[in-house]
Amino acid sequence: MSKATDNVLSIRNLSIDYATQEGSLKALRNVDLDIPKGQIVGVVGESGCGKSTLISSIIQLMANNAKTTSGTVFFEGEDLLTMSPTKLKSLRGQRMSIVFQDPMSTLNPVLTIGKQMVDIQYRDKRSKSQKRQRSADMLAQVGIPDPASRLNQYPHEFSGGMQQRISIAMALQAQPALLIADEPTTALDATLEVQIIDMLKELQSSIGCSILFISHHLGVIAELCNQVVVMYAGEIVEQGPVSRVFKSPKHPYTQKLLECDPASIAKKTRNLPTIEGEIPNLSDLPAGCIFTSRCHKKTAQCEELKPKRHAVTQGATEKHFVTCHLESL
Amino acid sequence: MFIYLLKRVSLGLVIVVFAVTLLFCMIHLVPGDPARILLGPRATPEMIAHLSAQMGLDQPMAMQILKFFGNLLRGDLGMDVITNRPVAEIVFGQLPYTLWLIGSAIVGAMLIGIPLGCYSALHRNTWFDRFSGIISVACITAPAFVVALYSLLIFAVWLKWFPAVGAGEPGDFFDQISHLVLPAIAIGISWVGYLSRLVRASMLEVMGENHIRTARAYGLPENTVVYQYALKLAVLPTVTVIGVGMGFLLSAALFTEIVFSRPGIGKLIFDSITTRNYPVVMGSVLVSTIIFVISTAVSDLINAWLDPRIRNSL
Amino acid sequence: MLQVLKKVSAEPLGLLGLVLVVLMVASAVLAYWIAPYDPIALNIIDRLQGPSFKHLLGTDQLGRDLFSRVLFGGQVALKVAFISISIALVIGVLLGMVAGFGPKWLDSLIMLFFDTIRSFPTVMFALATVALVGPSLMTVVAVIVVTSIPTYGRVVRTQTLSIKNNEFIKAEQVMGASTARILRVHVLPNVVGPLLILASMDIPTVIALEAGLSFLGMGVKPPTPSWGSILNDGYTLIRNTPWPIVAGSIPLLLVTLGFTFLGESLRDQLDPKLRNNR
Repeated sequence: MSKATDNVLSIRNLSIDYATQEGSLKALRNVDLDIPKGQIVGVVGESGCGKSTLISSIIQLMANNAKTTSGTVFFEGEDLLTMSPTKLKSLRGQRMSIVFQDPMSTLNPVLTIGKQMVDIQYRDKRSKSQKRQRSADMLAQVGIPDPASRLNQYPHEFSGGMQQRISIAMALQAQPALLIADEPTTALDATLEVQIIDMLKELQSSIGCSILFISHHLGVIAELCNQVVVMYAGEIVEQGPVSRVFKSPKHPYTQKLLECDPASIAKKTRNLPTIEGEIPNLSDLPAGCIFTSRCHKKTAQCEELKPKRHAVTQGATEKHFVTCHLESL
Repeated sequence: MFIYLLKRVSLGLVIVVFAVTLLFCMIHLVPGDPARILLGPRATPEMIAHLSAQMGLDQPMAMQILKFFGNLLRGDLGMDVITNRPVAEIVFGQLPYTLWLIGSAIVGAMLIGIPLGCYSALHRNTWFDRFSGIISVACITAPAFVVALYSLLIFAVWLKWFPAVGAGEPGDFFDQISHLVLPAIAIGISWVGYLSRLVRASMLEVMGENHIRTARAYGLPENTVVYQYALKLAVLPTVTVIGVGMGFLLSAALFTEIVFSRPGIGKLIFDSITTRNYPVVMGSVLVSTIIFVISTAVSDLINAWLDPRIRNSL
Repeated sequence: MLQVLKKVSAEPLGLLGLVLVVLMVASAVLAYWIAPYDPIALNIIDRLQGPSFKHLLGTDQLGRDLFSRVLFGGQVALKVAFISISIALVIGVLLGMVAGFGPKWLDSLIMLFFDTIRSFPTVMFALATVALVGPSLMTVVAVIVVTSIPTYGRVVRTQTLSIKNNEFIKAEQVMGASTARILRVHVLPNVVGPLLILASMDIPTVIALEAGLSFLGMGVKPPTPSWGSILNDGYTLIRNTPWPIVAGSIPLLLVTLGFTFLGESLRDQLDPKLRNNR
């Protein structure tokens, strides 16, 4: 494991519960995750795998019924979980930014783009016109033509793709150390998706920030990310360099995911393959491996024993971890 | 924008025409001759015929309606048969009192109700929120004339803090204000409750929206998030509600004006009804209908001015 | 139904509303047996008295027992509310369905009618009618019916329109189902819930309107007791005694509050979607 200082974000043993009427729902369990400086880390998983909980924990805007039961979240060397609200607020939008999923609802509908972009620079001492200039420059960088005059427009006057560009411009305006991108292209069509991804890549290398990129689109992750984290039902099941994880996936779930990705299916079929079964009930967890109920390679011990995290040794140059009994053999 | 205004105005006109026609129909469908009722049982046939002619009741109904609108276009609402003054002069003489009353009531209600609702939403489920919720409902359900009676009883008759009767000396500003306080409270109090509940509900809705999460994720100060980003959206519905609520306001004003013997269009309608003065009834009901139509249109325009999404779709 | 009542009475405000409403209905229905005095019997010697064991709420300027008048006034209020809202419901449903299912011009005409009525301030409309027809309980009922129709009609029309454009309705029409059948089977069950909630929330408004008109001397004719006419007596006697105002207003306030709490609680239980419709 690399030293903590090389990582912008370093999560250790993070567990989060939600209090519900059916009892406590264990949404995240023992998550370990590092985001090295200047790298793009992708997180994949089905809906309900804990991606959103992970994000809300990093930006520390959690639902009222959420409770962190264990772990630490170090951001630039400080633990976000024990940080004062004032300190947290000073990080948000400044050192750490976020782009949300649905661009049409992320911007305030009754305020101009300019007002919203200038407002988030409230910590700066510069004059208002300088702030506006900076916002216009940023809009130009994300490919919005005639940015100075468009600052006076309202969100609904832009298309969805444009609104997402604006969101990205807002997020990167302060040149943060970490950008969290929560499925930023899911609501857009395919051509727009490619444009946004290319743009993100470009901006990332010019600013030099790290990105935590959440998606369920494997192709996008492969295209954009250096590292990938595969989550299933609140746990990380496999993580490592994109090239290695996608070329030789070790966890049965990752293997299934890759099989199901429409882009990777060479053979023409009528029915897209799916992973059978459903995510287990998170308020009543099985004793053994969380994936047992849907695993095609399960053995007797999978039902009873929780698998440990193993480094994949075979041919490894970079760290590649998997949480599966099969690897320990 | 222009087309929208045109549409609005023409719809308003249609409603006014419809309303007037309805009133005419009612006058004619009712058994008995209005002139006879007006003059009482001892009137001679000659007197009745004379008054009928004066009120235009001897002509066919369609003719009367046409004539009414023809006169209306010239700003003529007919003549008061009792005092022989133009109805328009009487109505517009009384109108300012009512507008001041309604205006100060609603402004006061907004100044109290909106912050109250906002505070309740931000401190949801605290004892303050529950308490103000119950008080709000109590305020909403209390009829204006009951509130008027109690405020008259307590503050004018017992405590003698405020005068009980009239609208104050013309020209004496403070006298007029002191006459305005109790009636305005009587009308405004249910709106305090109504607006606070409305703002609370819409504030809660807005605070749950994605863009508020965005604003917080960018570390904006909570005050900016609440007062600049959320409140502006949460207040939008109140504009529409007040515009449509003009009818209730006028009704409440009528009761209040009667209880406080205050001049105004409500008292005018009531008095002219008790004296069977049909031209004045027609004129004042027409004017209050027009006020209602205008106020809904104005509230739409204010909404468009506040909400860029509507502004651009007009 | 029982289940709903159980749920309503589980929350404090719902229970309070239920209790107030039940008390009101019971005292109105049983007024004849509970009332200690004849509500219109004069007793000049005992006039303008404050509350005592003899006269629980005191007496008015003619020595009539205010408590008895309040009880019988409740009868009038309930009668007016119940009769007028029922009639308005029936007409509203019919007009709403016709507007929703009928030809476009008829729809526009009915909507124009609704808009016009809504654009008249209710009380002014009531006064104009009373001026022409003369004050009576029937006039009050008629006014309330006419002014409440649009509220119900609109709900039914919206529901009818949305159902009319459903695929399965088109399929049924192709198979020869009559309009009446579609309205009865598909529209009616869907609107009953919202309509009942709206109606229960209209009751306080209607009761207050009846009291208001009677207060102006344009509702029930004296000497019939009504909360509004008791308040009117109180208004003329305001410098002599506060008790008629207290006697007339307390049942009025409690009942409107009770029906409102009950209505809101019912709405929350049955149809949370309606929450923002008012």
